[in-house]
Amino acid sequence: MGVLIKNGRVIDPSQSLDMVSDIYVQGDRVKEISKRIDTPRKSDTVIDASGQVVAPGLVDIHVHLREPGYEHKETIKTGCLAAAAGGFTSIVCMPNTNPINDNASVTEYILLKARTEGVVNVFPIGAITKGEKGEELADIGEMCEAGCVAISDDGMPVTDSGLMRKAMEYVRPFGIPVITHAEDIGLSAGGVMNEGFVSTELGLRGIPAASEEVGVVRDIILCELTGTPLHICHVSTKGSVRLVRAAKKRGAKVTAEATPHHFTLTDKEVYGYKTDSKMNPPLRTQEDVDAILEGIADGTIDVIATDHAPHSQDEKNVEFDLAPFGIVGLETALSLSLELVEKGIITLDEMIKKLTVVPSEIVGIERGTLAPGSIADLVVFDPGMSRTINPEEFFSKSRNTPFSGWELKGVVSNTIVSGKVVFSSN
Amino acid sequence: MAFDKKHILGLGELSAEEIKIILDTAESMKEISTRDVKKVPTLKGRTVVNLFFEPSTRTRSSFEIAEKRLSADVLNFSASQSSVVKGESLVDTARNFEAMGASIMVIRHGMSGAPFVLAREITASVINAGDGSHEHPSQALIDIFTIREKKGRIEGLNVLIVGDILNSRVARSNIFGLRKLGANVRIVGPATIVPEYFSEMGAEIFYSLEHAIENVDVVIMLRVQSERKTLEYFPSLREYSGLYGLTREKLRLAKKDVIVMHPGPINRGVELTSEIADDPDAVILEQVANGIAVRMAMIYLVALGESL
Repeated sequence: MGVLIKNGRVIDPSQSLDMVSDIYVQGDRVKEISKRIDTPRKSDTVIDASGQVVAPGLVDIHVHLREPGYEHKETIKTGCLAAAAGGFTSIVCMPNTNPINDNASVTEYILLKARTEGVVNVFPIGAITKGEKGEELADIGEMCEAGCVAISDDGMPVTDSGLMRKAMEYVRPFGIPVITHAEDIGLSAGGVMNEGFVSTELGLRGIPAASEEVGVVRDIILCELTGTPLHICHVSTKGSVRLVRAAKKRGAKVTAEATPHHFTLTDKEVYGYKTDSKMNPPLRTQEDVDAILEGIADGTIDVIATDHAPHSQDEKNVEFDLAPFGIVGLETALSLSLELVEKGIITLDEMIKKLTVVPSEIVGIERGTLAPGSIADLVVFDPGMSRTINPEEFFSKSRNTPFSGWELKGVVSNTIVSGKVVFSSN
Repeated sequence: MAFDKKHILGLGELSAEEIKIILDTAESMKEISTRDVKKVPTLKGRTVVNLFFEPSTRTRSSFEIAEKRLSADVLNFSASQSSVVKGESLVDTARNFEAMGASIMVIRHGMSGAPFVLAREITASVINAGDGSHEHPSQALIDIFTIREKKGRIEGLNVLIVGDILNSRVARSNIFGLRKLGANVRIVGPATIVPEYFSEMGAEIFYSLEHAIENVDVVIMLRVQSERKTLEYFPSLREYSGLYGLTREKLRLAKKDVIVMHPGPINRGVELTSEIADDPDAVILEQVANGIAVRMAMIYLVALGESL
């Protein structure tokens, strides 16, 4: 049983590879990449990738799968299907489920569900504190042993700096990073969108850029104090980009991600009180978007991650203040990232790098490469083919996207996980 | 020109022309209020619902009188926000009234943008009677109507708005409306509640009432809204009142024929001294009276989609 992918433009930044070639997958491993491979066996699946890109399967290190506890928003099964449809073969899921993933039994439950129902690889992130309450450390060691690849209190930043320091020190020997949702809750003060001209006009409470930046600067300082690798989630402001850039220059073990919505949209999307434009951190201004693009171009932003945050229509179709934060992203991320290439911000190779090998390295998973002998997670996509975003066609259980109706390029034709085709557009 | 807006959600969404149509229509409506029989059959057989998710006395009463003078059937729905939050959604509540035949919904809500949610989701016309810190279009139209009546024009006037600009829906609606009609708008208050972003909306920002009030034609005093946590933005009511309370001495710095307005309810001794509130320069009760005419005009225009 094998898969032969013919005539695709194989781009694998982990091997500095970019050439039209064939690639042969045997069992769950990449067997060979070369100019011409003839079908070795009759039982092999052959995929004609002419005019398409063949890359390592995409890796998203910021996903909310909602199971256990919020299965009406998303399940591990539907989240994995959405990932596969979007070209992702590995997703790293945040612990803010119900119960919170703050102990090994929840981690094991997620992994078991993923093995039995999920079509892509699921790597859980454990909570930093019990119940994400910011009061006492979660069972970090046991969760790490059970398979957690990082710790984070995403959505509920650890407000006590002393506790955050302890978490970072404690986790260091386990060799997994701390992923921070950087926010100063006092500065956010119940805000629901970016603080600026638009929030002023709309009479909505603002979350100032300073709220994120104060969080970022604290966590960078603690990273430098403890020496523990720090990954900063969803950078949304010009100031944060500047802080990360300076920290990297000093040699701090800091990495950062940006989401497609933060590098594409501004707070003007909120006009009309559209709740599919409500997320945390909020959409910022054009100046911030420009700074993020600059950060993506110069490497300050290492990773593109979605912060896929499904919510049901009923939850979103309410007063803006009452709507939950978050939008889905798995099924639109590749197309929105290709816009960066189209605009000349980064090359296709760099884009793939930020969606494959770099995120894999940050959470220490052996993915994101097509090197012979590695696990055969691949995506085949047509970067030039247009599509109209139609949330009704999403595999995700939720439809909360601000990109509905957008005309974008980039269509995934095949997603392969461990040598098996798990999504095919045909 | 006809008025073809289905909803009135805010002055930010209306053109200068549309605002003038409402003001002109309100003048005709005001005449009705001088008649012995203060009622016209215009909206006979139509049902208007007043959906009030926030306590209000004068706005709700004023809308109700306006609706009745137009001969509409009136339904009143009041709910504390929290009980609605726990149970039925805003949209479901509105749909119930729509099923009962309501063709116009007047909504007051504590959260900014709530009328926009309704306008998107239901087929009835929506009139915003105040949403969170966003807009209070009927109040601003009343203010502008009253100013126009007193001064004969809006263009070129210096209008000062004093107080909690950040949390005030009256301020936002007035800034939108007055700017569109060509007035110069100044705002003044503690720096914590007069954010600089308001200058992008065309208002001139001051922090000293003595400076701001020089040469103004109109002063609009905003209420200190203790229910909106205004009190955490400045140290004490005493300090606020000392700096931004309107006294006779400060008022002397304005133009001689200055008029003083207040959307009510007044905290006597905080925003205004009693002597000013009860002074002939103050047009606070005229505002209330004009409120009925302006609201009749708003309802009439969204119901019929044309000017008188």
